[in-house]
Amino acid sequence: MLRFVARRAVHGVIILVGLSVLLFALLVLTPGDPVELIAASTPDIKPEDVAALRAYYGLDDPIYIRYFKWARSVLHGDLGYSRTYGTPVIGLMGERLRNTLALLATSVFLAFIAGVAIGIYSALHQYSVVDYTVTVLAFAGLAMPVFWQGIVFILVFAVWLPWFPAGGMMTPGVEPGWPMFWNRLWHMVLPVAVLATSGMAAWTRYMRSSMLEVIRQDYVRTARAKGNSEKVVINKHALRNALIPIITLVALSIPGILNGAVLTETVFSWPGMGLLLFQAVLGHDYNVAMAVLLFVALMTVLFNLFADVAYAMVDPRIRYE
Amino acid sequence: MARAATPRQIALELERRRREAAGVAVGQSYWQIARRRFLRHRLALIGAGVALALTATALLAPWIAPHPFTQIDLQRRWQQPALTGNLFGTDELGRDVLTRIMYAGRISLVVGYVTAVTISIIGSLVGALAGFYGGWVDSVLMRLVDILISVPTLPLYLILAALVPGGGVGRIVFVLSVFGWTTVARLVRGQILSLKSQDFVEAGRAMGASEGRIIFRHLIPNALAPVIVASTLVVGNAILIESALSYLGLGIQPPIPSWGNMLQRAQEYLLKASWLAIFPGLCIFITVLSFNFLGDGLRDALDPRLKT
Repeated sequence: MLRFVARRAVHGVIILVGLSVLLFALLVLTPGDPVELIAASTPDIKPEDVAALRAYYGLDDPIYIRYFKWARSVLHGDLGYSRTYGTPVIGLMGERLRNTLALLATSVFLAFIAGVAIGIYSALHQYSVVDYTVTVLAFAGLAMPVFWQGIVFILVFAVWLPWFPAGGMMTPGVEPGWPMFWNRLWHMVLPVAVLATSGMAAWTRYMRSSMLEVIRQDYVRTARAKGNSEKVVINKHALRNALIPIITLVALSIPGILNGAVLTETVFSWPGMGLLLFQAVLGHDYNVAMAVLLFVALMTVLFNLFADVAYAMVDPRIRYE
Repeated sequence: MARAATPRQIALELERRRREAAGVAVGQSYWQIARRRFLRHRLALIGAGVALALTATALLAPWIAPHPFTQIDLQRRWQQPALTGNLFGTDELGRDVLTRIMYAGRISLVVGYVTAVTISIIGSLVGALAGFYGGWVDSVLMRLVDILISVPTLPLYLILAALVPGGGVGRIVFVLSVFGWTTVARLVRGQILSLKSQDFVEAGRAMGASEGRIIFRHLIPNALAPVIVASTLVVGNAILIESALSYLGLGIQPPIPSWGNMLQRAQEYLLKASWLAIFPGLCIFITVLSFNFLGDGLRDALDPRLKT
């Protein structure tokens, strides 16, 4: 087991390193390095000062040396300065990270519960009207552009029916404590509903087909033949086995949900990592963009590792060798 | 009166019916079977019909659009959708929204189709190279695929879109293709791996066929079915990403209309003109949905093992 986890962890590190090389290459291809920007904003700068600055930032070094220097500073927690804010990038992350995680965790959790429950119901009532409706709705959920769903939800639930706020994280001037908590929760409803849609749609479909496969297995028939109640058969024997493949599929869907988070945060002006990334890209603030990307990659890799381990733990048939 | 059937005849008849029901009737080619399975898939047929209708509407836009594309009528700004006049209303410059949606459809659909073709070509080539040669070529290419599959791609598209100048179709197809070929590559590689040790490839080799001929004449054509399925799904997906990028202002740039960039300012005007937000998004949704249904039907027809 330990060896298995170690191997998956190494695999994750390889992916992270590969991605950082890719991102660094993208960054280097960016027209306009920091010194050019300084030169452009300081018209009376002398050419020898430019050369000195270039040497200072190491911009004339070969690209692999620049990569190693950059990687070393990142590993030391130095993500550089933000051009837009003029502060270290790391300082920008803290609160936005919390906001994004709140949005993401709630959406994934709700989407998982709902997807699994609906998927089971749909499978147990195969070919019923409900099953058919669920299938079509799941397709619809997967084809819905996230940002447009956000706009439509704002139109319906904030403009036509003024139930929820159209954006932001909380109303200014709310007292701290419980009022603030409820206020935040109230602001979260629409973004969470939008972000949860695609995950819920995908997991409903997977859960349905996984369940359909499991209830035809011999051990389920055995469980019935032993005289167990239908509830025990479904909950104990079928459900547990049907959930195993879903763990991997949830992990595989995480990158897509993070894509959705960028759009959801933009539509709802939710001050998280996605909005930060979008503003950074628009403002050519590449140190910030890079930091967000690395963080997102790290999160995906960690989630995959977690899923691998969980998978191995719940399914004794899997060998770790 | 007909003679009573013998048990053997009944068994044969049952077997024939079973096979027919499963779509594996004897004496039919692979493509005939696939066509029959596809025609039984109702949602896929609807998807194909809608996709065809949308494409035709977009193609014929210059002839069937109710207003000239460049017409601006400041007297008729913010017209609500109405059966007489502007069916989908007018925008902040008094332009007819239906006309703009038709022209925008040309752009969005072209992006979808062209991206699907480029991605199929790049993906097939990469997958074939990796699967056929194996070794370090395979390792390097597949690690790259691993990386691109396991991270969220929208941030990568955002950054790439900000780096590549311009605002036209070619640019967005390029951006989408750079990171989009991975799924096709992985599928083709898998097919090639299982095909390359089969007898007909060995026979080709024995007859002195070059490696290029074996790859392009024997291997890739036999790996076509999953590529067709995947590229159908790519059409919808490409339109989805293009519209998101255009909505964010990093995709197709106005004055060229695309469904995504028509939504760019719709949120601002939400109180005043909700129809500006509804119709372009509805087009994206219906287009993507129909291509997904089509792809799903094709998957069931061409490659039933892949069924989810």
